[in-house]
Amino acid sequence: MIKVQALSKTFGDPKSDKAVKAVDDVSFEVQAGEIFAFLGPNGAGKTTTIQMLTTLLRPTSGTIAIDGLDPVARPLEVRKRFGIVFQDPSLDGELTAYENMDLHGVLYHVPRKLRHERTETLLKLFELWERRKSLVKTFSGGMRRRLEIARGLLHTPKILFLDEPTLGLDPQSRNQLWTHVKHLNETERVTVFLTTHYMDEAERVAQRVAIIDHGRIVAQGSAQELREQTGADSLEGAFLKLTGTTIREESSTSADQMRQMAKMWTQRGRR
Amino acid sequence: MNVIFMLWLREVKRYSRSRAQIIASLGQPLLYLLVLGFGLGSVFRQSGQGSYLQFIAPGVIGMGILFTSIFSGIGLLWDRQFGFLKETLVAPVPRLQIMAGRTLGGATIAIVQGTLVLIVCMIAGFRPQSWAAVPLALLFMALIAIVFSALGTAIGSTLRDMQGFQLIMNFLVMPIFFLSGALFPLANLPAALAVATRLDPLSYGIDGMRGAFIGLAHMGVVLDITVLAVLAAVFIMIGAWAFSRIQV
Repeated sequence: MIKVQALSKTFGDPKSDKAVKAVDDVSFEVQAGEIFAFLGPNGAGKTTTIQMLTTLLRPTSGTIAIDGLDPVARPLEVRKRFGIVFQDPSLDGELTAYENMDLHGVLYHVPRKLRHERTETLLKLFELWERRKSLVKTFSGGMRRRLEIARGLLHTPKILFLDEPTLGLDPQSRNQLWTHVKHLNETERVTVFLTTHYMDEAERVAQRVAIIDHGRIVAQGSAQELREQTGADSLEGAFLKLTGTTIREESSTSADQMRQMAKMWTQRGRR
Repeated sequence: MNVIFMLWLREVKRYSRSRAQIIASLGQPLLYLLVLGFGLGSVFRQSGQGSYLQFIAPGVIGMGILFTSIFSGIGLLWDRQFGFLKETLVAPVPRLQIMAGRTLGGATIAIVQGTLVLIVCMIAGFRPQSWAAVPLALLFMALIAIVFSALGTAIGSTLRDMQGFQLIMNFLVMPIFFLSGALFPLANLPAALAVATRLDPLSYGIDGMRGAFIGLAHMGVVLDITVLAVLAAVFIMIGAWAFSRIQV
């Protein structure tokens, strides 16, 4: 379903020494109907990879095939095939839950009748139907995440990308979210490509795992294979053995600074 | 078409739901209108130029439109990281449609905001020369809104972080406002200032509105319309190009 070969992304001028290789010669494959976890420390290249897979960034070199299609050459075709939950929120807080869903349906050319039916089904599934007429800015973090996932599924995608979907959620919401994702994978055969920092989550839901560090894939296989390969008793142990215990110094990007500001503002807003 | 309409509708809905913001953004034009309008009124009259309130009202309306439309464009920057924009960028919709929906929405809001300022001006004592002049004035309001929404989109698409915002504010938006002749007549200016005002797109918008509202166009209504229409086309193209290049 996803086939990536020798994928690289360099930021900045490749000739200067300031150039950063965010993703470096990465290859992997995700089968249809699989849940695939893409793990790595901060700044390892997870989000950059997702952005390339989802047509938001152009690769410096290498090839990608999403359901057999190249995201660079045929972005609109590729975009129809996936749904995505971003690391940062992408709902419109000034619109209601229903309006957010409806707008998404229009953007994906879902016919009106089907749009209403799917919206109702999905909002009920994610337990948001009662709140469909509330503005999204009044929602809790967990409710927003659920709405984003529901929205990502509205156009019946073949692939669902989840970029740290459980960031900042309490254990209850996390648990509920993964239950839904597993359920979807089993009933609708949606291929799931996820990133997370919680190794227990990856171990629980993913059939296969790839670990990326400094832009390179250092290991891939099932959680059990990785444990055996490293002699660790958990995926977290295997992860630490493979990527080391040093904390990554990541230079703060403008996105990080804005993320900080966003946090400040939303906290102020709640008071 | 459906997509452009829905994105336009989204902008309008958001605007109509943020009542506090609507009131707040009326504050600045109101301050200029009342403080300068009445504060400089007697000086202006003594120099034989007539009522300053009549003179400044089109300028203040233009200011309201300028700020609203540029900000709606710069809002892209925030929207790109923490908002809905990303959702639209991964949707199977050509970028041009997204840009068109957003920019038209921003322009519509700016026109509404300009109309609100007009109403406030009329409450404060401003009177158009005749009601027949209002449609022409509205045309100028629409042109100003489109020109600056498109410019805002172009800027918002290229900015990388929030620091750039202050820069744009101090070195672009405020000069556009002050050099436009919103506050002073364009006649008999020092040569350098005269050139600067001629290079400012807003000058033509405010001049045109003044021509329509109080019959006092310095550069002529026809020239004003022509310049604004050409600029609108150019800025829309630049805006569309910049928007199509956004990488998240």
